[in-house]
Amino acid sequence: MSTSADHALEVHDLVVRYGKTVAVDGLSFHVRSGSVLVLLGRNGAGKTSTIEVCEGFRRAEAGRVRVLGLDPATHRAALNRHMGVMLQGGGIYPSARVGETVAHYCTLYGAGVQPNAVLERIGLAALRSRTWRTLSGGEKQRLSLALALCARPSIAFLDEPTSGVDLDGRREIRSIIHDLAADGCAVVLATHELDEAERCADDVLILDRGRVAAMGPLATLRQPETRFRLSTPVDPSVFTDSLGFSVQRDGEDYVVTGSAATETIATVARVAGEHQATVVDVRAGAQRLETLFHRLTEETL
Amino acid sequence: MAVLMAQLRTELRVMARNGEQLLLIVIIPMALLLFFGNVDVLPTADQPAVDFLVPGIIALAVMSTAMVSLGIATGFERQYLVLKRLGATPLGRSRLVLAKSLAVVIIELVQLAAICVVSLAMGWSIESTTWLLLVGAAALGTFAFAGLGLILAGRLRAEVNLAAQNGLYLFLLLTGGMIIASSALPGPLESLSRALPAANLADALRQAVGEEGLYGSSAWVILAAWALVAPLAAARVFRWE
Repeated sequence: MSTSADHALEVHDLVVRYGKTVAVDGLSFHVRSGSVLVLLGRNGAGKTSTIEVCEGFRRAEAGRVRVLGLDPATHRAALNRHMGVMLQGGGIYPSARVGETVAHYCTLYGAGVQPNAVLERIGLAALRSRTWRTLSGGEKQRLSLALALCARPSIAFLDEPTSGVDLDGRREIRSIIHDLAADGCAVVLATHELDEAERCADDVLILDRGRVAAMGPLATLRQPETRFRLSTPVDPSVFTDSLGFSVQRDGEDYVVTGSAATETIATVARVAGEHQATVVDVRAGAQRLETLFHRLTEETL
Repeated sequence: MAVLMAQLRTELRVMARNGEQLLLIVIIPMALLLFFGNVDVLPTADQPAVDFLVPGIIALAVMSTAMVSLGIATGFERQYLVLKRLGATPLGRSRLVLAKSLAVVIIELVQLAAICVVSLAMGWSIESTTWLLLVGAAALGTFAFAGLGLILAGRLRAEVNLAAQNGLYLFLLLTGGMIIASSALPGPLESLSRALPAANLADALRQAVGEEGLYGSSAWVILAAWALVAPLAAARVFRWE
């Protein structure tokens, strides 16, 4: 990630505890204006705790957080004017109508955003008279995102924005996230959905038990590699010790991973042949985020 | 100001759409006034029933709006994360509390006007009413009951809060000197009633409409103490989510 001075969010050595449980353990990262950072992690990895500290909802046990240059714990009122927030769920009066809710939040933020423009952009104009309780799960998510847009935000924290949303809705939400970033807004997005992350992220931060498991630009994390799947038991050391490949057990199979260089394919094939190992699958190219995520978060299980 | 008015409009709109709350703050007090004002079952001696009922019904209206309606709505707003989401806007706590307070006052004024109109039609003699005292008693009662409502709403799960508010409402309705005079209660219950805000509000309102009341100035002192302590306690224990 960039280390320039245009960071909309800076987090240094953040620690969040709930009693004796450490939810976030010394986390440091930053987010550039006009970029999308996707926070990935299993349940309890510390995503929501991190976001809630940045939003000013929760106090950190230790560490330094600056959002748009301000400490959210002490300058929350000033920050709230420029910060778009989408909670993981709820947040809206069940009997409130879509149109009046958006109009209400446009007035609260006072950023000059027109409610009709937000409703059109988010695809809820036709539902303006419906109450929140009658909306589908995906429509509720879109309304919740709409409220973040009412702020005309310089930074937006979106917690699980595509959860329960259908394919068309997801495409629309991705487009809105891209537009936000294109307008210079820093977007921090927490999700479990790895496909969404691949489509949205400029940078990715994978959290595991409150710590950084991996962090960097999506393109860097997804660096090309070659993966062999062997169905015959082999001694992993024949690949790891002198050749420097990694070997993982996956069910009954063994997965050997190395760089995407042509020599890798020849070398692994040769060594596998020498040890009578059967190669059942070979894949080369950019890593899927899902593969990386499972590898990083399962290694520590 | 625009922000405050927007939140006030939302508070009133949400309240108006909630059928249970309308039942509580309008229909029940009116129904009790009309029923007991026209059916001669209350032991009011030679005093017209409506004259006995009006201060108690006003006290009931204040309790319904400031404690039960505010408390139940706030409890569900906590559960639905409405308060949390509003906390991430420029609204701020002070304007949120002010908007909720203004909504309660507006509804109480509507209730008071409706009770006065219906009571006058039923023959209530308004001449002896000292309006300043009546407004003062209602204001103290509002603070006291809002504090109690928010203590429950700020600590209990929404469904438990709902049950607790309704249970407390029923208990105070029966023991608060609103429909049945506190002096008609059995000894220990009367002593308990006398320490709680409902009976003291009803008594202060009786004094405001020109009746003698049972407790004299002590009703005002106890009511004022509740009006001070309950909101302070609510501010201390309230959890926003």
